[in-house]
Amino acid sequence: MTLAIFFGCTFIAFGPALGLFLFTIARDPLRIIIFIAGAFFWLVSLLLSSLIWFIAIKASDPRDEPLQKGLLIFGVMFSVLLQEAFRFLYYKLLRKAIEGLVALSEDGCSPISIQQMAYVAGVGFGFMSGAFSMINLLADALGPGTVGIHGDSQLYFLTSAFMTMVLIFLHTFWGILFFHGCEHRRWWEITAVIVMHLAVSGSTFCNPLYMGSLVPSYLLMATAATWAYLLSGGSAQNLQRFLLCKSCSVMGTGDPAGSSGYLDQCWGGKRVSQGLE
Amino acid sequence: MVNHEQRTECWSWHKHLKRKDPFCAEISDFQRTAPMTELSAHLPQFQHGQLTENFPDNHLSNTNDNSERRRHDNSERRRNDNAESETNGQPQNNMQQVVEQDEEDEELTLKYGAKHVIMLFVPVTLCMVVVVATIKSVSFYTRKDGQLIYTPFTEETETVGQRALNSILNAAIMISVIIVMTILLVVLYKYRCYKVIHGWLIISSLLLLFFFSFIYLGEVFKTYNVAMDYITVALMIWNFGVVGMICIHWKGPLRLQQAYLIMISALMALVFIKYLPEWTAWLILAVISVYDLVAVLCPKGPLRMLVETAQERNETLFPALIYSSTMIWLVNMAEEDPEAQRKTSKNSTYDKQAPANQTQNEGAEADDGGFSQEWQQQRDNRIGPIESTPESRAAVQALPSNSQTSEDPEERGVKLGLGDFIFYSVLVGKASATASGDWNTTLACFVAILIGLCLTLLLLAIFKKALPALPISITFGLVFYFATDNLVQPFMDQLAFHQFYI
Repeated sequence: MTLAIFFGCTFIAFGPALGLFLFTIARDPLRIIIFIAGAFFWLVSLLLSSLIWFIAIKASDPRDEPLQKGLLIFGVMFSVLLQEAFRFLYYKLLRKAIEGLVALSEDGCSPISIQQMAYVAGVGFGFMSGAFSMINLLADALGPGTVGIHGDSQLYFLTSAFMTMVLIFLHTFWGILFFHGCEHRRWWEITAVIVMHLAVSGSTFCNPLYMGSLVPSYLLMATAATWAYLLSGGSAQNLQRFLLCKSCSVMGTGDPAGSSGYLDQCWGGKRVSQGLE
Repeated sequence: MVNHEQRTECWSWHKHLKRKDPFCAEISDFQRTAPMTELSAHLPQFQHGQLTENFPDNHLSNTNDNSERRRHDNSERRRNDNAESETNGQPQNNMQQVVEQDEEDEELTLKYGAKHVIMLFVPVTLCMVVVVATIKSVSFYTRKDGQLIYTPFTEETETVGQRALNSILNAAIMISVIIVMTILLVVLYKYRCYKVIHGWLIISSLLLLFFFSFIYLGEVFKTYNVAMDYITVALMIWNFGVVGMICIHWKGPLRLQQAYLIMISALMALVFIKYLPEWTAWLILAVISVYDLVAVLCPKGPLRMLVETAQERNETLFPALIYSSTMIWLVNMAEEDPEAQRKTSKNSTYDKQAPANQTQNEGAEADDGGFSQEWQQQRDNRIGPIESTPESRAAVQALPSNSQTSEDPEERGVKLGLGDFIFYSVLVGKASATASGDWNTTLACFVAILIGLCLTLLLLAIFKKALPALPISITFGLVFYFATDNLVQPFMDQLAFHQFYI
């Protein structure tokens, strides 16, 4: 196709993620490590789920088209469940890591809070998920060809890019929601995340009927975004002040652990984040 | 091998003040000596009847400087962190103080651990990016133009069994060459043939910097159809090579030296990717990581012997190619060993060919920089006989504090042997060259290697023992390569075909 398509799709799919990475993750080494470890966990979950799918495929008749499609759908659902399971495992690992960091810190506070870890882990999952979906497409987009020449949709690349972007965002928010649910033992939050993930993946079964997959996904993303924002301590007033650029009344900028722009204080051994208002 | 232990150990040394301060300098000595094992004669390779040569790559890093710096850092740390640090000069501090400082050090280790991990992530990533970019664009490095003389058996056979047998034989030959080279190195060192080793190193890096980069430049021009005259090329290569030699073997800006080391590792990795047939390459990677594990953790490895010899003689080995991430500032150091510092820049060049092992060994020794087991051993050996003497304590306390306070303790550096760079890049490069999954496989291997490196550093911080940097990363990389290529790729293909998203 063309360079324009390549760059356009790359930035649609990965632009926001890159922005998130550069501005919130890249400066703190600990966050980068958590990011990469998150990507790694997602990768392992993908590996296991594709192993299961592969075994199922090999055990079945390759000429039976509906069966193959059914197995693929099963593979997708199983993969979603496995991803969430690995997100839980990652949560457990990060909990242990926080305990270690707290034990070794000077002031009894971990340099990074579980909420920040949740966010970074979510971005890690999302980025890897998006990369695996999109990178081969982008590489093909550089080469010659015509999209949809055999009667398929001509918007293949564009919709893939948009879907990837929404998935990356969703993984980020799901990370926050999931970890919050695990922290506070709210199982319904965890269930909601799993159901949302299944819904988003399920909606892609409508492709190439893109209205059926992109629109619900974006709506779900908006919901998840609001929910995650509220869970992270945001509120309508915060948003208003941010949008109207009201000056901060709380002194200090930035927190010792990184560049989140939040004033972190350590009260009673617990790191408390105060959003700059 | 990765090294930042050195720093911690330096701290503990200072704390206990049981050893002479110069011990820290000796750490660098070890680093310098470590690479000795990397020396390997370069062997000619026949390619279509034409004799070409593989070049050893040896580099010395400013490990010496690093250790000096670390000494500074350590002493500064002591002073800054503990008001009672000055009293450490007194013999037999109370244990409590020591224990506190132990904990402090541990915490500091972990606190700075993340930063060190990133300091290694960046160069490893850059090297891999260079290799993958070259593989994807310059077809020369994926074209089959013969094999190294060390892998004489061809892989284009009729049956799978034959191919497997040939690749096993190839890998066996390569590994034995490497082992022989390492032993040769040890022997050379034992018999004090320093000039031979020095000369070897310099010739190796000369060949690498000039010849290999000339070939690389030529191929890049061919790929992009750039017309170029010989005079311009001569000028470019001359400048590149000379500045490289100066930066690597003597002094130069830190970033430039790091860039050269990365470029050299990438060049070497490309040579390996080009000249090693597929199955042989994977087998060699696997065997190399096993060898690395054995060489570093077994008491009878040639690497260990080398380091022990260096210890007995109380001298420094030639540092191998080590990537170092900090700048060494020699600030008013009470130079116990000025000689040692001069020598820092002498890099041992090692032959790439036999290099696998040697690189490994070297890597093991070199970037041990502190992590190496040799280092541990040395320390253990030293701890016994060495007592803190009034002179050493005086020397330590004489270290000017004002010159240290400006140093940022966070600038402590890490080292990683170039052999590790090379083999990581070989893995990722081979993955991008020959995988059906293409970019997915490359990305998976990349993440796997980074995680392996992270785990290695974590284990290092926990066990405070020298650990090889290859095994975990290469194992993860290999597992993910084969799994992604054979399992994940068909799955992702089907998903992309139907445009399903997981």
